[in-house]
Amino acid sequence: MAAIGGTVAQEHCGGFSFENCKRNAILEKMGAKMPTARKTGTTICGIVFKDGVILGADTRATEDTIVADKNCSKIHYIAPNIYCCGAGTAADTEYVTNLISSHIQLHSLSTGRQARIVTALRMLKQLLFRYKGYISAALVLGGVDLNGPTLHTVYPHGSTDKLPYVTMGSGSLAAMSVFESHYKPDMELEDAKKLVRDAIAAGIFNDLGSGSNIDLCVITKEGTQYLRPYDVANEKGVRQGKYLYKRGTTAILTKDVKPIVMEVTETRVEAMEM
Amino acid sequence: MNSERPVQQYFSPYTFNGGTVLAVAGEDFSVIAADTRLSQGFAIHTRDSSKDVQTLCGKTNSTVLGCAGFHGDCLTLTKLITARLQMYEHEHGSKMSCPAIAQMLSTVLYYRRFFPYYTYNILAGLDNEGKGCVFSFDPVGSYERETYRAGGSASALLQPLLDNQIGFKNQQGATEVPLTKDKAVFLVKDVFTAAAERDIYTGDAVIISVITKDGVTEEAFPLRRD
Repeated sequence: MAAIGGTVAQEHCGGFSFENCKRNAILEKMGAKMPTARKTGTTICGIVFKDGVILGADTRATEDTIVADKNCSKIHYIAPNIYCCGAGTAADTEYVTNLISSHIQLHSLSTGRQARIVTALRMLKQLLFRYKGYISAALVLGGVDLNGPTLHTVYPHGSTDKLPYVTMGSGSLAAMSVFESHYKPDMELEDAKKLVRDAIAAGIFNDLGSGSNIDLCVITKEGTQYLRPYDVANEKGVRQGKYLYKRGTTAILTKDVKPIVMEVTETRVEAMEM
Repeated sequence: MNSERPVQQYFSPYTFNGGTVLAVAGEDFSVIAADTRLSQGFAIHTRDSSKDVQTLCGKTNSTVLGCAGFHGDCLTLTKLITARLQMYEHEHGSKMSCPAIAQMLSTVLYYRRFFPYYTYNILAGLDNEGKGCVFSFDPVGSYERETYRAGGSASALLQPLLDNQIGFKNQQGATEVPLTKDKAVFLVKDVFTAAAERDIYTGDAVIISVITKDGVTEEAFPLRRD
């Protein structure tokens, strides 16, 4: 790239841009406060049952102690037979799953085969390992492929597990306590759905970072069912007063009318002869 | 290697246990409310701390203290205030008035100026003329009498709503009708319902105390539990 004189806008060639790092470090030293990213203090989980896997998630996103989104979607699409729950920084989980979804689609187009869970898993863990945990995405990856139903967890530093029932996020302990007491291998669909619901509900009620509704994603050999919401764990409180304002309650401070100058052109439309 | 270097150890004697308090003064009554959730970090310690301090403690026939912040300090402070009120009663043969309790609370708080009680206090009751009164405090004893005030974790969410609905702020041509007891109570319920939607430290239930010349009535109202 030709550099003339001082700074030249760098052409983007993949990966992250670090050009503001030095500036931000100096600003921080001067006492500037850096903004915080939106976290999904989350409960996510998944189980393997008789015919496939079920993924579950709550729908609360928080910014410090304030609820930023009361109904966000945490179960992300990877491929028709693979879905992925994300906890951690909301932007990271969103972009990482989007990126891998794109790679997986290109991969299955060029091979002409259905995508495998292990392929997505290796792509995810290699990406996350490369960034040394700075991409804070804690994931539950699940799906059904030629090896049958499979469930994995991916940690932000790139380590992975393969287990029959998993939980992640700030409500993972609450959810895991439900799995540990009620999980059985080869469960029926309805029992499995209820178990995942109960696990997420445990996170919703006992972890302040999790809340609102319960989303489920049931993946079997026959296809995928995305249930959003599967259950509303909390009914919203009903207001008792009326908060309607009379017209003109908002003060008008200044008023300025500007005519819009328009060029008037004439167009004639005639019916077409058929 | 020089292993003689001094190492500083950090210890914080404070934690934040959440909780929101709110008080409104009317012509001949006052309303004070607090949620019952006691939490730390992302965990809930209890959903029903109504008998504890974070919520309300009956002081005399006509004064109630709302106390949020660090639960340990809330307990200690209310215990101290209760003791001081009893001492006063034994000494003078009468109960302390609400404005007098407010002055005493301020002194008690400022006494700990350099190791403060980590508490947000709001006092509600009736003054010497029988009018509703609300006093709000900062943790080191600065206080003032107000007609409505929110304190604690969701205070920044509630105060602007009270400004608009009770103070009639930012409303052009609004008729400022005096606040009735019923309106004050449902307004308190509504603002707590709203705060429970957006503040993770507010929820489970709110306890509302209405103070009139006939005494204090208490009511519990359920909130979201997530």
